[in-house]
Amino acid sequence: MILSGRVHKFGADIDTDAIIPARYLNTFDPGELAQHCMEDADPRFPEKVQAGDIIAADKNFGCGSSREHAPIAIKGAGVSCVIAKSFARIFYRNCINVGLPILECSEAVDAMQDGDPLQVDLDTGKIINLRSKEEYQAMPFPPFMQQIMDKGGLINYVKERKERDEVEV
Amino acid sequence: MGMTISQKILAAHAGRDYVEPGELLNCRLDVVLGNDVTAPVAISEFKRLELDEVFDQNKIVLVPDHFAPNKDIKSAEQCKLMREFAGQYGIKNYFEIGQMGIEHCLLPEQGLVLPGDLIIGADSHTCTYGALGAFATGVGSTDMAAAMATGEAWFKVPESIKFIYYGELPPWVGGKDLILHTIGDIGVEGARYMSMEFTGEVIEKLSIDNRFTMANMAIEAGGKNGIIQADEITLDYVKKRAKRPFTIYKSDPDAVYSEVREYDVSKLEPVVAFPHLPENTRPISEAAGVVLDQVVIGSCTNGRIEDLQIAAQIMKGKKIHPEIRTIILPGTQQILLEAMRRGYIEIFIEAGAAVSTPTCGPCLGGHMGILARGEKALATTNRNFVGRMGHPESEVYLASPAVAAASAIKGKIAAPWEV
Ligand code: SF4
Repeated sequence: MILSGRVHKFGADIDTDAIIPARYLNTFDPGELAQHCMEDADPRFPEKVQAGDIIAADKNFGCGSSREHAPIAIKGAGVSCVIAKSFARIFYRNCINVGLPILECSEAVDAMQDGDPLQVDLDTGKIINLRSKEEYQAMPFPPFMQQIMDKGGLINYVKERKERDEVEV
Repeated sequence: MGMTISQKILAAHAGRDYVEPGELLNCRLDVVLGNDVTAPVAISEFKRLELDEVFDQNKIVLVPDHFAPNKDIKSAEQCKLMREFAGQYGIKNYFEIGQMGIEHCLLPEQGLVLPGDLIIGADSHTCTYGALGAFATGVGSTDMAAAMATGEAWFKVPESIKFIYYGELPPWVGGKDLILHTIGDIGVEGARYMSMEFTGEVIEKLSIDNRFTMANMAIEAGGKNGIIQADEITLDYVKKRAKRPFTIYKSDPDAVYSEVREYDVSKLEPVVAFPHLPENTRPISEAAGVVLDQVVIGSCTNGRIEDLQIAAQIMKGKKIHPEIRTIILPGTQQILLEAMRRGYIEIFIEAGAAVSTPTCGPCLGGHMGILARGEKALATTNRNFVGRMGHPESEVYLASPAVAAASAIKGKIAAPWEV
């Protein structure tokens, strides 16, 4: 799948409290969460973000709590994918499980500026910066994780395996 | 080749004799945990599977602790959803208000997590149970949902870093200082995706409550889990609680570590983490004097009886500074009761502190002590991110119960020996 959108660039160690502050966790409605997405990192983000936009960040994006509300808020805000130098473990796992595309690519992040138009090929991991015309290659997912992503998340994956009787449930 | 404790536990739960770091495994789980923030999401995902039953009614634990006792109508709805699910699917370990506590204080206390277990929890501080020699790690709600259905989860076998602590712990220095010092050293992603194995003569003598504090904060260095080999101290704690058999694993002498780090603790001072990351640590001698508005003693990091004992020892017969709001949150009902029997609660109240029913409360900026713009708090909790305890322009400093109690009395960050 090919995505294209504009970049919103963030710094290092963006934690899940910045992505969606705990004060809003008394709901898990994607629309409601989206209204506060990234609010403590950039209060204007919820207004600025448009469908298809891309979040880019330095190292350790999504550190902190295990709240799946973080990827849900990002998806709810219409963000098509997140590119970072590295992701915190639980956030990485959650993105795969909920089907939010994420890519690790330091070079692309270093070179891009806020607002750059990008084109991302999720199948090959190729990232093109349409402003500079530079191309970058992100790390591919291990096949097992790719399978979960292809099914649109872990629950669909389990459901299918269950239907094929591969797991005891 | 030898294996670490973490490798051994994962191998045993995948039905394998040997596993290597980097391998992806499907493992059987002993415990699956969720709370009032994460379980509702998991339940709605679980329902998409259209199942009549969960994989095992005894192995799922549900604890309303974040926004409970219900802080508002929305929180009440979330807790209700969890309660009804527990009833409908016959979940044995659902803990209602009056029995509940902060999940990571409650599960070990109730003997629900044991050495050698493989545990996932939809809460990042699930790593706390590593203090008992279990492999415990935080996951998201969807993992929890799938696990409630299948009793399994996928894992990438982590590499391990070995931390060796030696020397003699100075007075007023404990588990919180050791872990903050370690995070200050390696940084908030210093152990990203890795297992942190805490060892050495200092750990061997460390009390179980201090061990919980250390394992609790493994995630603050990005760790997948923190783990301490079970020993006599562990057995003392679990034997009277366990209702099922358990296994003690030890790392092989030839186990492979990606890194070994050693710390001489003899000259360590109490440590304070400055806003807005747990890695921004300073020794108390370079931290003292920051004027505070609030002190919070509690949370899954430091809400246990030994933590309250230290705070009580310092506060006994003293008065809290008139401009400080001090809130004490015992981790569980049992801890609250024990603190009452030992007279700590009286000490706290006479000193001028507020004592709460067990809840996460202000730790995550939920309720029971939220900060206004520009306010500063010192807390015994584990995170001091922007906005963690309230307004995005408020600040949180992390420290031990000893430093917290001393600071409450002084009105500013202070060393325990100053009061
Ligand atoms: S006390 Fe704080 S860190 Fe611990 S589980 Fe509750 S919110 Fe999370």
